[in-house]
Amino acid sequence: MSNISKEQVRHVAHLARLAISDEEVEKMTKQLDDIIHYAESLNELNTEDVEPTTHVLDLKNVMRKDEPRKWIEKEDALKNAPDKQDGQFRVPSILE
Amino acid sequence: MSLFDYTLKQLQDKLHNKEITVSDLVAESYKRINAVDDQVKAFLTLDEERAKARAEELDQQDGDARSLLYGLPIGIKDNIVTKGLRTTCASQFLDNFTDPLYDATVVEKLDKENTVTIGKLNMDEFAMGSSNENSSYSATRNPWNTDYVPGGSSGGSAAAVAAKEVFFSLGSDTGGSIRQPAAFCGVVGSKPTYGLVSRFGLVAFASSLDQIGPITRTVEDNAHLMQAIVGHDPMDATSADIDIPNYTETLYQGVKGLKIAVPSEYLSEGVDPEVKQAVLDALKVYEDLGATWEEVSLPHSRYAVAAYYLLSSSEASANLARFDGVRYGVRSQQADNMMDMFKRSRSEGFGDEVKRRIMLGTFALSSGYYDAYYKKAQKVRTLIKNDFEKVFEEYDVIVGPTTPTPAFKVGEIIDDPLTMYTNDILTIPVNLAGVPGMSVPCGFSSDGLPIGLQIIGKHFDEATMLRTAYAFEQATDHHKKQPELGGAN
Repeated sequence: MSNISKEQVRHVAHLARLAISDEEVEKMTKQLDDIIHYAESLNELNTEDVEPTTHVLDLKNVMRKDEPRKWIEKEDALKNAPDKQDGQFRVPSILE
Repeated sequence: MSLFDYTLKQLQDKLHNKEITVSDLVAESYKRINAVDDQVKAFLTLDEERAKARAEELDQQDGDARSLLYGLPIGIKDNIVTKGLRTTCASQFLDNFTDPLYDATVVEKLDKENTVTIGKLNMDEFAMGSSNENSSYSATRNPWNTDYVPGGSSGGSAAAVAAKEVFFSLGSDTGGSIRQPAAFCGVVGSKPTYGLVSRFGLVAFASSLDQIGPITRTVEDNAHLMQAIVGHDPMDATSADIDIPNYTETLYQGVKGLKIAVPSEYLSEGVDPEVKQAVLDALKVYEDLGATWEEVSLPHSRYAVAAYYLLSSSEASANLARFDGVRYGVRSQQADNMMDMFKRSRSEGFGDEVKRRIMLGTFALSSGYYDAYYKKAQKVRTLIKNDFEKVFEEYDVIVGPTTPTPAFKVGEIIDDPLTMYTNDILTIPVNLAGVPGMSVPCGFSSDGLPIGLQIIGKHFDEATMLRTAYAFEQATDHHKKQPELGGAN
């Protein structure tokens, strides 16, 4: 079923927000194809009537009261930022 | 002789009788690290100044009513957040993350027990790997033979304990990352039931599988460290709100009448003959101790690795989306717009294996492929979970090897992702089922490398798992053998 194309690899890299070189595309296409081919062994199993497991514990929605609590201060939140200005995270321009 | 040759209880007696101080214990750690860590490379960051100050503080405190873990030097895997102490996940992306804002819940809990954090331990980048060769710093080596890998991803955590650089450590286990390195390094490592230990402050890899657990040199110490870190935490919505048993209360009760299941899939082809023999010898020990064992089947085990890589990579691709170069971590200096900045920062910051898994996960979740890959894997996960439930209807524990082979050589399989993945073939099903599992030393290969016995328990039945491990350990001498790591050179 698989046989991933280089075009697909480029598309997935974009979705994953990764910049990959032509050389990496080449290598990644082969490796992903191998791994996905291996993963397709799952198709040997008939899972038509099987419910998917998203979570192993029998937990229902866990709710808490929507109350404000003391957490980190704004200055703290900015401490590890690679670029900041006037109490805010600074990023390159978003619009052209 | 190292102070860390003593058990936790013996050390507490020595502290109580003032034969030793907490400062002595902490000094022992750094002395050993200075002597051997050039070879072992278990540590990424040391916290020496704070640790020594903390030790002095603890030495001043009243000796009565101390916790059993009082003053003991601990190492923390570098994907567990420590306030004010650099936390990198062994990734270049977080190389500059020197000032985390809070402690993980497990670190807070240890703080209450008055352990002393010595430093942060090496790992495969973002816990993705089985050899520690994916660390973006330097690969940790196996203290038993530094030509060999320590296993992964908690390779630093296991190696540091085996090399006696710390008394004990914390690791994390998503598909075997505590048990496999514990087996390779000849120490005791446990992965608790999913939900037993809070994941708050654990940098998420695969949220439905990740668990933090203890790595120690003896089973008794493991039970004590486990006791200290378990319990419900409102900060982790998947944390289980259950009554916590006292693990040491039942630890010494023996295994007479215990019903052990041995999956035939765990002793089949692909398992090294020496590993198989060590496990059969262990089963003989259990027979002598009054337990019984029978072969059973976990028929869907062979699909576990495929299901695991789809599920864990999918979850990782979502979890690692937070590394965008905006709020923390390293930002690429090459970019002139926002999209370019995301892409370049991530590509420069992440290593090959991390990128490969993000790509696989993004593919499995992408439009048109979700049902065929991600959902299919979730359904297979149900079948694997059912296999375990069925066996546990009739048996108390499952026993088998932790890994199909002893440690392999550095560089031996790093270029072959699929072979590397199958290393975790015996540990992955445990994470998919969410049950607890641990590894205890059960012998050595002809090359002198440790072999691990895996003991798997029912959901939240860590007590029986630990008791089973303790009985074996006490009946054998494997845990008494030490690596001959010099440190003189």
